[in-house]
Parts: sequence; C-alpha cells; structure tokens
Amino acid sequence: MSSPAANSRFTGVDFYEADRLLSEEERAIRDTVRTWVDDNLMPIIGDCYVEGRFPKELIGGMGELGFFGANLPEAYGCAGLNNVAYGLIMQELERGDSGVRSFASVQGALVMYPIFAFGAEEQKQYWLPRLASGEEIGCFGLTEPDFGSNPAGLVTTARKGDGGWVLNGTKMWITNGSQATVAIVWAKVGEVDDPASIRGFIVPTNTPGFTAKDQKGKLSLRASDTSELHLQDVHLPVDALLPESSGIKSPLMCLTQARYGIAWGAIGAAMACYDEALRYAVNRVMFDRPIGQTQIQQVRLADMLTEITKAQLLTLQLGRLKDDHLLTPQQVSLAKRNNVNMATECAREARRLLGANGILAEYHSMRHMANLESVYTYEGTHDMHSLILGEKITGLSAF
Amino acid sequence: MKIAVCLKRVPDTTAKVVIADDGVSIDPTGVKFVPNPYDEYAIEEAIARKTAAGEGETVVVSLGTDAAQETIRSALAMGIDRGVLLQIAEHPDPAAAAALLADELATGGYDLILMGKMAVDDSQHQVGPQVAERLGMACITAVAHLKIDGGTVTAEREIEGAVEVVRCGLPAVITCDKGLNTPRLPALKGIMAAKKKPLDIKPVTAGESAFEVLSLTLPPDRPPGRIVGEGPDAVPELVRLLRTEAKAI
Ligand SMILES: Cc1cc2nc3c(=O)[nH]c(=O)nc-3n(C[C@H](O)[C@H](O)[C@H](O)COP(=O)(O)OP(=O)(O)OC[C@H]3O[C@@H](n4cnc5c(N)ncnc54)[C@H](O)[C@@H]3O)c2cc1C
Repeated sequence: MSSPAANSRFTGVDFYEADRLLSEEERAIRDTVRTWVDDNLMPIIGDCYVEGRFPKELIGGMGELGFFGANLPEAYGCAGLNNVAYGLIMQELERGDSGVRSFASVQGALVMYPIFAFGAEEQKQYWLPRLASGEEIGCFGLTEPDFGSNPAGLVTTARKGDGGWVLNGTKMWITNGSQATVAIVWAKVGEVDDPASIRGFIVPTNTPGFTAKDQKGKLSLRASDTSELHLQDVHLPVDALLPESSGIKSPLMCLTQARYGIAWGAIGAAMACYDEALRYAVNRVMFDRPIGQTQIQQVRLADMLTEITKAQLLTLQLGRLKDDHLLTPQQVSLAKRNNVNMATECAREARRLLGANGILAEYHSMRHMANLESVYTYEGTHDMHSLILGEKITGLSAF
Repeated sequence: MKIAVCLKRVPDTTAKVVIADDGVSIDPTGVKFVPNPYDEYAIEEAIARKTAAGEGETVVVSLGTDAAQETIRSALAMGIDRGVLLQIAEHPDPAAAAALLADELATGGYDLILMGKMAVDDSQHQVGPQVAERLGMACITAVAHLKIDGGTVTAEREIEGAVEVVRCGLPAVITCDKGLNTPRLPALKGIMAAKKKPLDIKPVTAGESAFEVLSLTLPPDRPPGRIVGEGPDAVPELVRLLRTEAKAI
C-alpha cells in the first residue's frame, strides 16, 4: 500500500526555522532516520497495521544504524548521542508509526536504560551491546491487571530461594512482550504494601515459568505487540537482580526517560498528519477550487502548524535541559501531556480534512489518530500528568 | 588500493529553485543542500571496495565553499577515511574546476578516482573526463557495473538500448551512474565519528574559465490539465484532441 504522497519524500515541518537551533550532527542524525523511515517503513506500515503485525524484519536495520539506546555510551555499543539527537530519532520513527517508535522507546529507555542505570558492570557489558544491535529484544513489565496508574501498588513478588530468586505475578499491557528475549520485571522483595521494596530483575524470557500471550482485538497501536506476562515460580540466579534499583522511584526514572522520547515522538506523528493534510488540501478540488482555498480548512491547517511549532520549541528546550542535567520529571510530564494531546488533535483534524479517504489505511492520519490514543494512555495517562503538574504547582497531591 | 572520490555540494533536487538577482545563478536562501546524488554512488563504491579489500585508503575531495565541509562530513559519516576541501568563494566552470581537482589528485598517488557522471545542479558531465585528461588517465563514464581485477578495470555502461562493456588499466577515472550500487545511510555512530576524522581545508583560486554562463531561466509553468468531460461520452472529444491538438495519436 502506498499513499499518493509516497513518492515525495517527507521534508519535515519547520515554520520557525528550529533547524537553526540544531547542530550539524543533530540534523544529520535526524535525516538518516527520516530517510530510513521513508525507504523502509512507509512502504509497509499500512499493511502491517491492518494485519496487526509488528514489522520484525526492520529490527536488524534499526540496530545496525544505531537507533536503540542511542543516548547511552559508546563503550556499551551504543551511539553516545546527546538527548536532542535521541529525541529526533523518536520524532522521526513516530512520523512513521507510534508502534515502531514504541518498540525503540521500550528497547532503549525501558530496557537498556535501567540496565545502564541500575545494573552491575557485568550486566551492562553483557546486555547493552546485544540490545543495541537488536540481537536481543527487551520488554518492560511494570503494569499489572490491578495496578495501572498506580504502579506502586504492584503485587508481583520476588522471594529468595534456591540460591537465587523466585518470581511470581502477572503483568499486563506489555509492549514487545511476546517477542522479547529478555524482560525487565519489577517486583516486590518485601511486603506487598511496601513500594520501597520494589526491585528490577533481568528475566530471560525462555526461563521456565515465564509465558507471554498477545493481547488480541486492539484497535490502536496495531503494528506493535502488546502482551500479558505470566510469571509462575520463575527461578532466577542471584545476579538477575539489578543491584542499584531501589523502590518505586527506579521504574519511575525509566518512565521519565521514555516519556521524554514520547514528547518528541508525538511531534513526529503530528507532522506526518499536517503534511498529509496540507498535500491533500491543495490537491483536492471541490466546488471548483482546492479545499485548501476555503477558510475552514485553512483554520485547521493554521491550528495544526501553530501547535506543532509550539511543541517543537518547547521540546527542544526540554532536550537542552536534559543535556545540561537540569531536567525535572514534571517538565517531562508537561511535554508528554501537551504534545501527545496536540498530536491527537492534529491527527483527528487531518483525518477529517481528508474526507472519506481519511478513513483508509492507505493514508496515515487515521492510523496515527488511533495509535495516539494508546500513547495518550500509556507512560502515565494524560490525566495523571495533569495531577503530577497539579501537585507541582500547588504542593498538594490529588492522587 | 588508494581511492579518491570527488564530491560536490548541490541543491536538493526536490528544492524549489529561485534564480538569483544576477540572473546566472540560483538563490541559495532557504534551499537545502545535499551531496550530489551521483557522487553518492562513488562514495559507496569506494567504501565497499576498501571494506572488501580489507586495506587501502579512501579520500573525499570537494571543490566548494566553506559550507561544503558539511557535505564532506556526510561522506566521512558513511565511512570515507578523510576529506579535503578545495575552498573557493564560488563554483567555477567545469574546465577550471577540473584543473583544480586534477592538481589536488595528481599528488595523491590514487589508483582509482571515482565521481558522479554529472552534478545535478549544472548537468555538465564534463569534470570527470577533463580530470582524467589532465592526469593522463583513462576515463570510463556513466558506469553502472564495475569489476576490478588486479590492474584491470572492466566496466558496464548503459547506452541507448544496449549495454556496453569496456576495459582499461589502472589508474583510471570512473564516473558513476545509477544502478552501480545502493548508497548506504550513514549510521549514527558514523555521524559522530565523522567529526573526528581529518578534514584538510586548502584555499584555491580558479584559473581562466573556458566559458561563461549568460543566463538562467526556469522552465515555463506547465499549463493546468483540462477536463473534457466525464464517462464514455467524453471519449470522442478526447480522441479528437489527442489527434488534433496533442498530435499524440
Ligand atoms: C498499547 C499499550 C502499551 C503499553 N505498554 C506497556 C509496557 O510496555 N509496560 C508497562 O508496564 N505498561 C504498559 N502499558 C500500560 C500503561 O502504562 C497503563 O495502561 C497506564 O498506566 C494506565 O493504566 P490503566 O490502563 O490500568 O488505567 P487506569 O489506571 O485504570 O486508569 C483508568 C482511567 O482513570 C484515570 N485515573 C486513574 N487514576 C486517577 C486519579 N487518581 N485521578 C483521576 N483519574 C485517574 C486514568 O487517567 C484513566 O483515564 C501499555 C498500555 C498500552 C495501552
């Protein structure tokens, strides 16, 4: 499947010359990912989405080019990029599809990052290069059937036994779950009402007692695997524990990394929708003139461009703050909340502008629109980020 | 084997071109510049040959303004070992460009000199053959398939309706055509490594030009399409217009 615009390369949206705020390397990295998406992902994504299939065949290429955990050090086989370049990778991947960006987010920010931040040196040396190349595929198991927005309440347990650890519990909504070769599982080593006893474990998915089952019937993020994990008496060696992980703040630190990437990714999805809407608006003739020559559609396009431009500048500053080690989790919440909501609105407006064609998988806006509903919910729902900001503003927690 | 690649920075082929006030050049404001696409086949060929041989050196030489440093670094990011910028204020005509490139290449001891069959900005097709002439080397142009065995080059060129196979000895200048290979994307690590690779900047001045550009004009806008009717009823009129106006049938 290819849209009428498939032959014309994506050239981005840059109304405020934000490119001038990027370094030569940052632009080159963005362009590599952009071209890769045009050449490898765009020709197949419509079909993948309809079939409900993650394009596994692209993992090797992404690894080779260095898309996974790209902001982690070269010493571990990663690209050693700054956080703005990392964000631009997420932006360009999500311009293609949120599911493919999700794969890269999980691999980099939720699997490689915790190993890097909380792992022992041997764990880093073993796992990071293999995850960077895509030879190993990771997933991140935090959410449980009864603990979504409130992960501190999780009831998966890790108990000492047999000279190692024994894990029991169920994880829900786990991206990459069924194709992962390794899972980062968060479990309590103490009482289930004690969030301070949460620790992270590296669980090879071929360990007996570990099973993953795909969630069926998804109407969103269809080109991504989302699974339920069962851990029944999963025996692990002592060194499966991430030694520096301690309490609920450890998985939350991972989420801050992933949310940061999502803030960038959402801009990519929004740009894709704006680009599609604009091309359509100038070409589609109705009542003897292009629909782009009507005031209503111009308002739509003007609103999209305005919101995209605001998000670009906001998120670039967020990236510079991260590179200067000044970033706060609440600043990330603001960007995730704003940008994903913004992208969802752009996708919906673009879909509407496209008329009947807008409901087809051949075009991209409706796919983005449906995808973004997942992005709106995962990594802290829009509401939860409102509450995080509310707490920051007032000093009063409402959750 | 020591391989040189000549690389030109050109406007992106998808860029909307605006003619500058001088009437003979294009206005670079807001235009995205890229490595000449045909030169990218040369870069890929050089890197692949060095990788396959496991030894040798690849050098990219660009004649251009200071901005061409970025273009050179994109070749270094793909895997070329080092770069040379022959720095000049504006692009000279093909004869002067070839003279400057040949001066630089003459001292390098290159076994193979690769470049695109043409630059997509001025489409002159001249620099390759002129460089070869100045260096006293053989030149095979528009090569779509290349085999090198010891000191012998066998190259395939796609000519109108046929494939021509030619042979020459090394050293030689080869200009590359589409189909020779698929240029790789620079990996992210390559982009970071490019900053640390040597890039020599040598200011140069162009000699006499062989010709002068008198004017540059954009092609006329394509007239809008015409709808002659709808459904089978429109066919006779369409056939009539194709016959009388378009003279296509
Ligand atoms: C496609 C997809 C992929 C995912 N991938 C992963 C993964 O890889 N790993 C992982 O661990 N998890 C993953 N998740 C899970 C995701 O993080 C959770 O779905 C999310 O945290 C929300 O939890 P929930 O679905 O249980 O909703 P709930 O927490 O039940 O929330 C339901 C509604 O109530 C609202 N709400 C909740 N609490 C409050 C409150 N205090 N005040 C006001 N409103 C409130 C929410 O905003 C929401 O609107 C994924 C989810 C999806 C959809």
